[in-house]
Amino acid sequence: MATYILRRLFMAVIIILIVTVIVFLAMRLLPGDPILMLLTQSDLKQLTAEQLQILRHEYGLDRSLFYQYGDWFSGVVKGDLGVSIRYNTSVTSEVLRRLPITLHLGLLAFAFGFVFGIPAGVMCAVRRGSKLDAIITALTNIGITVPVFWLGILMMYVFSLYLRWLPTYGYTSPFTDFWLNTKQIIMPVICLALFPVASTARQTRSSMLEVMRQDYIRTAWSKGLIERIVIMKHAMKNGLIPIVTLSGLGLGGILGGSVLIESVFAIPGMGRLVIASVQNHDYAVTQGVTLVIATGIILVNLVVDISYGWLDPRIRIG
Amino acid sequence: MSEVNTASPGQIEIPPRVSEFRRFYRVFLSRGVVTFGMAIVVAFLLTAAFAPWLAPYDPYEQHFDKLLQAPSWQHWLGTDTLGRDTLSRIIIASRTTLMVGVIALGIAAVVGMILGLMAGYFGGLSQAIIMRIMDALMAFPMILLALVIAALLGGGLRNVMIALGIALVPGYARLMCGQALSIKENDYVLAEHSMGASSFRIMLRHVFPNCLPPLIVMITMMMGMTMLAEAGLSYLGIGIEAPAAAWGGMINDGYSRITTNPILSFAPGIAIMLVVFAFNMVGDGLRDALDPRLRGTI
Repeated sequence: MATYILRRLFMAVIIILIVTVIVFLAMRLLPGDPILMLLTQSDLKQLTAEQLQILRHEYGLDRSLFYQYGDWFSGVVKGDLGVSIRYNTSVTSEVLRRLPITLHLGLLAFAFGFVFGIPAGVMCAVRRGSKLDAIITALTNIGITVPVFWLGILMMYVFSLYLRWLPTYGYTSPFTDFWLNTKQIIMPVICLALFPVASTARQTRSSMLEVMRQDYIRTAWSKGLIERIVIMKHAMKNGLIPIVTLSGLGLGGILGGSVLIESVFAIPGMGRLVIASVQNHDYAVTQGVTLVIATGIILVNLVVDISYGWLDPRIRIG
Repeated sequence: MSEVNTASPGQIEIPPRVSEFRRFYRVFLSRGVVTFGMAIVVAFLLTAAFAPWLAPYDPYEQHFDKLLQAPSWQHWLGTDTLGRDTLSRIIIASRTTLMVGVIALGIAAVVGMILGLMAGYFGGLSQAIIMRIMDALMAFPMILLALVIAALLGGGLRNVMIALGIALVPGYARLMCGQALSIKENDYVLAEHSMGASSFRIMLRHVFPNCLPPLIVMITMMMGMTMLAEAGLSYLGIGIEAPAAAWGGMINDGYSRITTNPILSFAPGIAIMLVVFAFNMVGDGLRDALDPRLRGTI
């Protein structure tokens, strides 16, 4: 187990390093002069060519790409993601301010994926071919089909504008006003959770069906065990392992969805930050946010891989 | 087949052999919902092909005397803020969806396939390098990756297709790598080697055709996802430029008029849902039909 964990850890570090190279190079491969991206339009007009040259030297842009990467990377390791040209603030502090908001919504959606997806999938597999199975399967098919931003608008229309049950948009810290916060995040969290719930249910169903065909389940039945024991004690133990691995991917989907949902519901999280930065050509922010999200996903996948190895001894050796 | 025969000696149940094509056809159309999906896909393709002739009005023509009309017999889905017919715009936008979906997936499938084949077939260092880069790309949520690439490339529909294509490459590379890894262990590959066939020939003539079924399934399954991602990007205002229509962009345009004309947002969303649902169902059907475990039976 120890070698397995070490190997995974090593791999994760390598992948994070590659991610930093990709993020760094993406900004440098941009057509045009990087210095122009570091300056606002108004600054540019006032500067002479010599001043630009001096600035270039200050930012280290006249050195080799390798050096520049090293420079940037040593900053990243120390937690310095650069400076936003738009707000002239540290990207790190901006990210830290918004990360909790995205995580708040994302983790709730992530949890809903398991809480609703797994029981739904298990029920379908156990009662395969029944009406319940047909209904849930149809719902999950719709769930992976709906454009989440559209669902958000639809819900906003029904619950905020028509029924007036919920506030239209915005985000208040739960520490300021917990009740208002709960009302504000109901719709965004449902939108974000839809895909994880539907895909978890589908995966659980097919994985449970796979397991239920196996000999040891037949043995369990023929021992005369009651259904609850066969399902909960025997089938689910193996049937849920693939769900654990795929949960890492699900988190990526949620974070991707938050880009859209935060923009629909005007939630000041990472997703909105990245869109704003892209629109404002504030590339240091884009760089910082993508790096943080990708690293987060890699770390979650690392945890998932390790728990996978722990749950299924066959993986450790392979 | 041999598995069935040797499983238990007393068993004489040998499934009747049916021609591959008929079996495929029968399984594929055995579920009503797959047939339904196939019908929508065909309708969607026809709509995109004949869009300018199907649209009741010019989708770009602005009528300032007919702004924001409610649905009526003249304009089934009403008109937008510039007096353009919503139905005509939805019809013409099917071309955007189809074009982005096909080209982005085409880029992803070709690039991913080549990288995955090389990684899986040669193994060792080339596999390590290619697949670690793919792992790194996979760490970015697809929509985020496509958004950033498209923005860096400078927007525009062409760049959105490239961006989505790049974002989708790792999935195909991973699939092909896994396939190539298992297929190259077969004796017929060894036989080709000993006859002096080049690596290129073996990859192209033997490994590649055997990877095709899962690849086809994945392309169909990813079509819906790609179209959803495209809708998301155009909702954010990336890709599509002013007069042209895209379903995601139309939802966003309608969003500002949601209190008075909700249909402007609702109708394109339904179009997206129908098409994505249809492609997902066809993908499901193809997967069932191409499942090697069912081959020769049913």
